[in-house]
Amino acid sequence: MTLRDKYEAVIGLEIHAQMKTATKIFCGCSTKFDSEPNANTCPVCLGLPGALPVLNRGVVEKAAWAAHALNLHIQPVSIFSRKNYFYPDLPKGYQISQFDRPFSLSGWVEIPTSERDEHGHPTEWKLKKFRIQRMHIEEDAGKSLHEGFADTAQHSYVNLNRSGVPLCEIVSEADFRSSWEAYDYVQYLRKALMWVDACDGNMEEGSLRCDANVSVRLRGATEFGTRTETKNLNSFKFIQRAIDYEIDRQIEVLESNSRVVQETRLWNEKEGRTFVMRSKEDAHDYRYFPEPDLPPLYFDFGKFTGLKEAMERTELPESRRRRLLETYGLSFDDAALLTSGREMGDFYEETVQASGNARAAANWISSELLARVKAEEIATSPVSPAALGEMIKLIDDGTISGKMAKEVFDQMFKTGKSAGELVKEMGGGQISDTTQLEAFADEIIAANPKQATDYRAGKVALLGFFVGQMMKATKGKGNPQLVNEILKQKLG
Amino acid sequence: MEITKKTVEKIAALASLELTEEEKERFTGQMDAIVHYFDKLNELNTDEVEPMSHSNLGDDPTASQREDVLIPSLGTEAALSNAPQPGAGHFKVPRVL
Repeated sequence: MTLRDKYEAVIGLEIHAQMKTATKIFCGCSTKFDSEPNANTCPVCLGLPGALPVLNRGVVEKAAWAAHALNLHIQPVSIFSRKNYFYPDLPKGYQISQFDRPFSLSGWVEIPTSERDEHGHPTEWKLKKFRIQRMHIEEDAGKSLHEGFADTAQHSYVNLNRSGVPLCEIVSEADFRSSWEAYDYVQYLRKALMWVDACDGNMEEGSLRCDANVSVRLRGATEFGTRTETKNLNSFKFIQRAIDYEIDRQIEVLESNSRVVQETRLWNEKEGRTFVMRSKEDAHDYRYFPEPDLPPLYFDFGKFTGLKEAMERTELPESRRRRLLETYGLSFDDAALLTSGREMGDFYEETVQASGNARAAANWISSELLARVKAEEIATSPVSPAALGEMIKLIDDGTISGKMAKEVFDQMFKTGKSAGELVKEMGGGQISDTTQLEAFADEIIAANPKQATDYRAGKVALLGFFVGQMMKATKGKGNPQLVNEILKQKLG
Repeated sequence: MEITKKTVEKIAALASLELTEEEKERFTGQMDAIVHYFDKLNELNTDEVEPMSHSNLGDDPTASQREDVLIPSLGTEAALSNAPQPGAGHFKVPRVL
């Protein structure tokens, strides 16, 4: 029995997702990422005296979509609260957040998750439900730079462009039992938020960050162990590795008869370990209280024309994945790939409609199309679903062979022409006219008497030779199946 | 709730304030009086009363929201014009971390 079998990890995740709006949550400054430092600021987000926040209703709409994507219940009334602490990148001395009455409560996702082997390959996919405690709305703080300037030994540099950028904080229940469950959950969460266009999902730019609460306990125990919080994990790899590191570290602490200390830790990717940021003794007392500068947030679907209907129409990624799997008999991997994004799913289903062949549509998209087009750019693919569908139809009705189709597909990409046009230019589709093919076969057999005799004497491998001759004679357009049949019959 | 000198010291520390002994005594009395006043208010039964969070909401409680439309920002130069120590377009502060 390994130590990992002796202990069980209990993990909860807090995800901060940036809501995809043009302007900040409480002022009209831009949320653009790559601006000049401090260019996108005004009295509100600089925290100047007397400036008053005004809630951006675009944030409310995006948050409603995020709640919808995660099966959260939007509360008719939620309250903004001040979270008080001092830090140079928080100019007001408090962050406007939500506390005892958050925007939404009690959500869940039920998704496939799997452990991974030593090569990172999934071992066995299983459906698991992860509950979400709450999701609230808040503003982001600014950014402090601690290196990169001549005097960074003495000074930190503060950029307040991020100050006031809208965030949703999504707090899970402690339902994860391994780093890979956490990994699969965050992957799905990002996909779902992008699916409903609530968040752009750009982790390098900080649009999605994760804090992981980790504890371990003896397997079978009912009490939770002491937990640590590892902050600011901004890539899937970091999330998984930091959690794994923390599980092993805590097991080691317990095995050496020590106690795990409740503390906040940071992940250091270079060293591949977490280290203490602050212990519970200097944990913050945030002294939350209701934000007097903002009225309660009354949420009313009636204020957003068509929003409720749009949500009802929107099939979420996991539902769609299951439907594709069941309706079209796709493999697990294909169904997952074809629902990796909303546009991908749309592209696939439009191709199915146009071609009438779900399996072929999946194959052509996953192998040929995605070899040429990036998954995120599928919506602007030079070959449209209608065009691909037409081509698949030409294969299915025998006009072109699979081999010709690859050439046609390639040309569709290069020229933007339709499959029908290209087949015409290439001198028509494949030859399926039996009389014509039989004439070719007679000619070829007559011209190669030795091979014909050998074949008839038992050298059946020579069939390949005759097929080759037939293809040469028909300029590659002989219907392969018919060519085979006719040759066998004539040589038999 | 009773306000003691300890409470005042804790709140002062959270607010990064340094108080003299004399101030601690004085504020203990003042804060205690304020908190007691709320105890008095708490005697009222407000179970059926909606909290009045704002006086100017009118009929439409969402009217105080704004559209997601850009308003020109101050720009780096103006934003930093009152900064005690600007540098490379940033607010320079004593090193944290």
